[in-house]
Amino acid sequence: MSVPVTAYVVLAGVLFTLGALTVLLRRNAIIELMGVELMLNAVNLALVTFSRMHGEVTGQVFAFFAIVVAAAEVVVGLSIVVSVFRTRRSTSVDDVNLLKN
Amino acid sequence: MTASPLALSAGLLATQSVVGAAAPATGAAALAWLLIAVPALSAALLLLAGRAADAWGHWLGVAASAFSACLGLVILVQVLGLPAADRVLGVDLWRWFGAGDLDVHLGLRLDPLSLTFVVLVTCVGFLIHVYSVAYMAHDRDRRRFFAYLNFFIAAMLILVLGDSYIALFIGWEGVGLASYLLIGFWNTADADAPQAEQFTSRENAAAAKKAFIMNRIGDVGLLAAMMACIAQVGSVAFDTVLPAAQNGAISTGWLTAIGFFLLLAACGKSAQFPLQAWLGDAMAGPTPVSALIHAATMVTAGVYLIVRSGAIFEGAPDAQLAVAVVGAITLVLGAIIGCAKDDMKKVLAASTMSQIGYMMLGAGLGPIGYAFAIFHLLTHGFFKAQLFLGAGSVMHAMGDQVNMRRFGGLRSAMKITWITMGIGWLAILGIPPFSGFWSKDRIIEAAFVGDGARPWILGTIALLGAGLTAFYMSRLFFMIFHGKARWTTAKDIEGEVHPHESGWLMTLPLVILSIFSVGLGGVLSVGNTFVSWLEPVTGHVDHATQGEPVIPATAIMIGTLALVIVGVVVAWAMYVRRDVPTVVQRSNALVEAARHDMYQDTVNEAVAMRPGQGLVLAAGASDRYVVDGAVKGLAQGTAALGRLAARTESGYVRSYAGYMLGGTVLALIAVLASRF
Repeated sequence: MSVPVTAYVVLAGVLFTLGALTVLLRRNAIIELMGVELMLNAVNLALVTFSRMHGEVTGQVFAFFAIVVAAAEVVVGLSIVVSVFRTRRSTSVDDVNLLKN
Repeated sequence: MTASPLALSAGLLATQSVVGAAAPATGAAALAWLLIAVPALSAALLLLAGRAADAWGHWLGVAASAFSACLGLVILVQVLGLPAADRVLGVDLWRWFGAGDLDVHLGLRLDPLSLTFVVLVTCVGFLIHVYSVAYMAHDRDRRRFFAYLNFFIAAMLILVLGDSYIALFIGWEGVGLASYLLIGFWNTADADAPQAEQFTSRENAAAAKKAFIMNRIGDVGLLAAMMACIAQVGSVAFDTVLPAAQNGAISTGWLTAIGFFLLLAACGKSAQFPLQAWLGDAMAGPTPVSALIHAATMVTAGVYLIVRSGAIFEGAPDAQLAVAVVGAITLVLGAIIGCAKDDMKKVLAASTMSQIGYMMLGAGLGPIGYAFAIFHLLTHGFFKAQLFLGAGSVMHAMGDQVNMRRFGGLRSAMKITWITMGIGWLAILGIPPFSGFWSKDRIIEAAFVGDGARPWILGTIALLGAGLTAFYMSRLFFMIFHGKARWTTAKDIEGEVHPHESGWLMTLPLVILSIFSVGLGGVLSVGNTFVSWLEPVTGHVDHATQGEPVIPATAIMIGTLALVIVGVVVAWAMYVRRDVPTVVQRSNALVEAARHDMYQDTVNEAVAMRPGQGLVLAAGASDRYVVDGAVKGLAQGTAALGRLAARTESGYVRSYAGYMLGGTVLALIAVLASRF
C-alpha cells in the first residue's frame, strides 16, 4: 500500500502555511528566517512531487536551483540580522520601521 | 404716425430737419482741423514740458484758445458769405479702420449747427482762459490747469465738428475725461498736508469719479445707439444714418430704440433726470471749470446730440416725447433744488440743470423747437458763464467762501461784479431786452403748440419753471449783493474777509460776457436771423403750417413776465426786507428734500450702488470660495487620498509580508478561476 501522491502536495501546502504563519506572527528575526526556510522547503517538496507525478525530471532540477538560492539567501539574511543586532541590540522585527511613511 | 393722444398733429410732420450732404470745404474751412490740433498740441506741450514751463505755460494756453477763437470766427465769416443752401461743408481727414463691411472715416462737418457751437466754445473758452490766468494766479499747478483746459477745448471741438457718431464719441469721451481731470484738480494733498486739506482732496477726487461714472452710464447709451446704427444701416456717419432714418430704411421700432439710447447718453452728459446727481458735486472743481464745462459747453453736448439726430427722433415720436418729458422733469427738479441751496455754486449748477431742461424740452418738441433750443443754448452759454465767473470773482473776494448766508451787501465793495452779475441775472430771468428773453420765451411758446393735453402740460410746466427760475436766481442775487452784510469775522472759523474788486484780467471777461448777455439775443432775433441761419440743419418751420400755441403768444409772454416779476418780488421780500439767518434753519419737508438734492443720491445708492457693491462682493466671494475652492478642494482631496494610501507604509516587515501573501493568494484565485 503506497502513499497516494496527493498526500505529498497536501503536506507541502500545510508546511507552506505553517511557514507563512511563522513569518507573519513571530517577532524574532531568526525565527522568521526559519519560517522562510520552511516555506522554501515546502515548495521544494511540491516541485519534486510534481516531477514524480509527470514522470519528468524538470521539477527536480528546479528544486536544485531553489536549494542553492535558499542557501545564499540565508547567508545574506543572517548577516543582515547580525549587523542590525550589533547596532540596535534587538532582534525584534518590529523595531526596523524607519521606512514608515 | 402713432395713435398716442399726445402726439403732434400730422401737419407738423411736413417740416423735418434737413440732412444735406456735405460739400468739400475750401479756403479757411479746409483748415478747420487746426481748430482741434492747436489746443491739443498746446495741451500736450504743457503737460510734457513740466515745471520748466510754469512761468509762461498759461500764456501758451491762452494763445492756443485765442487761435481757435480767431480761426472759428474766420470760418464763420467765410460760411456766412456762402448762399444758404451751400452752407454744409465737409473736411475728410483720414480712413480710420475697416471691420468687415464697416468702413470708418474720420472727418469734420461744418454746418450752421456745428459752427454755432464752435463759436460758443472757442469764444467763451478764450474769455475763461484769460480769466483763469488771474483766478489761478496763486496755484502752483496753473500750467497743468491750462493744459487740461486746452485739452477740453480740443475734445469739445471734436465732438461738435465730427461728421459721424464715432467721431462725436471720441470728443464725448474726451470731454468726460477733461471734466474728470478738472473737477478733481485739487486732489494732490499728501499725508503731510493738514487734515482738512486731505479731506477736501479726497472729496474732490470722489466728485470727479462720480461725474465720470455717471457719464459712463450715458456712454453705454451712445455705444448702444451706434451699434444699432451699424446693425441697421451699416454705418455711423451722419451722411448715411440720418437720411436713412428719414426715408424709412430703419423701422420705427429701431428708431425708437436708437432714440432712447441717445436720450440716455444725453441724460448722462447733460445732467438730466435721472443722471443729474453729479453736477452739484462737480462744483468741487475750480470756478472757471464750472463756468466752461459745467455751464456753457460740455453739459450742452447732450442737446447737440439730440438736435443733430433730429431725423431719428422725427421717425420715433415716442422717443421724442420722452426727450420733452425728461426736459420738463429736470426743468422743475433743478428749479426746486436751486431754491434751497446755500452754496452759491450749487445754486448755479441747479440752474444749469434746469435751463438745459428747457433746451431738452425744446429739442423734444420737434423741428419747431430745435432752433430755439440751440438759441437758448447759445445765450445761456454766455450768461451762465458770466454768472459763474462772477461767482468766482465773489469767491476771490471772500476768501474762497461759497456760503451765501455769510455774504450780503457786497454791492458796495464790488461794483463791476455787481453790475455784470446783475446783467446775467436779468438775462436768465428773461427780462426783455436781455438775451434770455428772446430764447426762453420762444421755447415756452413752442411748448404750448400741439393737440390734446400735451401742450397744456408741457407749457404750464415751462411757465412755472420760469417763475421758479426768477425766484431762485433773485434769491441768489439778493443774498450775495443786497441786504445787510453778514460777512465772517475773526471769530468765525473762516476768518475775517476784506471784499475787494478783482483785477482787470477777471473783470474784463465779465464785462465782455455781459455785453453778449445784453445784446446777443436781441441782435440774433432781428428778422429771425438765427433761426434762418440754422435752417440748413433744422429745416424750415413755417408758423402757418406748424400750428399756433393754444394760448395766444402775447398772453404767454405777459404771463411769463408776470410770473417772473412775482418771483423777484417774493425773493425781495424774503431776502432783502427780512434778515437772512446766518445759520441754516430747519424747514418743511420740501425744503429739506431740496437741500438734499431731492434725495437723488439716496435713490442712486439704493438702486445702483449697493446692489452693485453686493454683486462685486458676491463675485469676489464666488471667485475665492467656488472657483478657487474647487481647485484647492481638488488638491486637498488628492492629498487626503494620498495620506490614506500612505497608511499602508507602516514600516513593519510583517505587514509587508502579509500584503505579499494576500496578493499572492488573490493572484492564485484569479488564475484558477480563469482555468475552471
